[in-house]
Amino acid sequence: MSRQPYIRPMSKTTWYMRHGRYKVYMLREMTSFLVGFYTFLMIFALSALAANSPDQWNAFLASQQNPFMVALHGFALLYFLFFQTFPWFKLAPKAMPIQLGEKQLPDSFIVIGHYLAWVVLSAFIFWLAGVI
Amino acid sequence: MTIAKKAVVWGLFAAGGTLTAFVFPALMAIFLLIATGNIPVGLQFEQIHGFAVSWLGKACLFVVLFLSLWHAAHRLRVVAHDFGVRKDKLVANAVYLVAAIGTVLTAFYLFSIN
Repeated sequence: MSRQPYIRPMSKTTWYMRHGRYKVYMLREMTSFLVGFYTFLMIFALSALAANSPDQWNAFLASQQNPFMVALHGFALLYFLFFQTFPWFKLAPKAMPIQLGEKQLPDSFIVIGHYLAWVVLSAFIFWLAGVI
Repeated sequence: MTIAKKAVVWGLFAAGGTLTAFVFPALMAIFLLIATGNIPVGLQFEQIHGFAVSWLGKACLFVVLFLSLWHAAHRLRVVAHDFGVRKDKLVANAVYLVAAIGTVLTAFYLFSIN
């Protein structure tokens, strides 16, 4: 007779609903759908650009202008900031602590450094796009 | 998965996560501007085409799209597991295949812009 180990009953599909921390984890994980969606949206844009004609590109821009897209991008932007960008910066000191001789660089320096780099990089992208 | 493969997948995930955390909010804001009809000057055909024609522009676009694709693929594989899908091999093959197709399409379109 083999021993029967105790297996705690656990739902494979709704386990994260048991604890607030797991729910936040799942909310963070959902940003992977946004990354996938925007990547293919950009590849779609690239396909319009690859026709090398203004008509195709303008048709793409026109296809993106509707209230649904406004709502989608607005929601996606806020969701992504709070569930990917900010958490990623927050965990940066844990993922890559910086040692200076005997001492560790304070976590806050690394986090602030990330925010500064983010502001500069975003400004550069907006400048490239002609927004600023 | 062998340790060697795991390092590659993990490296792409980490690099992609950092890159998307930094650049996606700005890109989403630009898509939001387009959706509201306020097309930024840099996105008019002459400008964006000029950017994508240059080798530096092509390199930037390829790095962003390549890392985003493989980052999303790796995470969606984990999301499938979290939602109770236990056929990891099938899921992994599916998501990595989509990422590979996306990579090839990106390279093809970038190559076609001239």
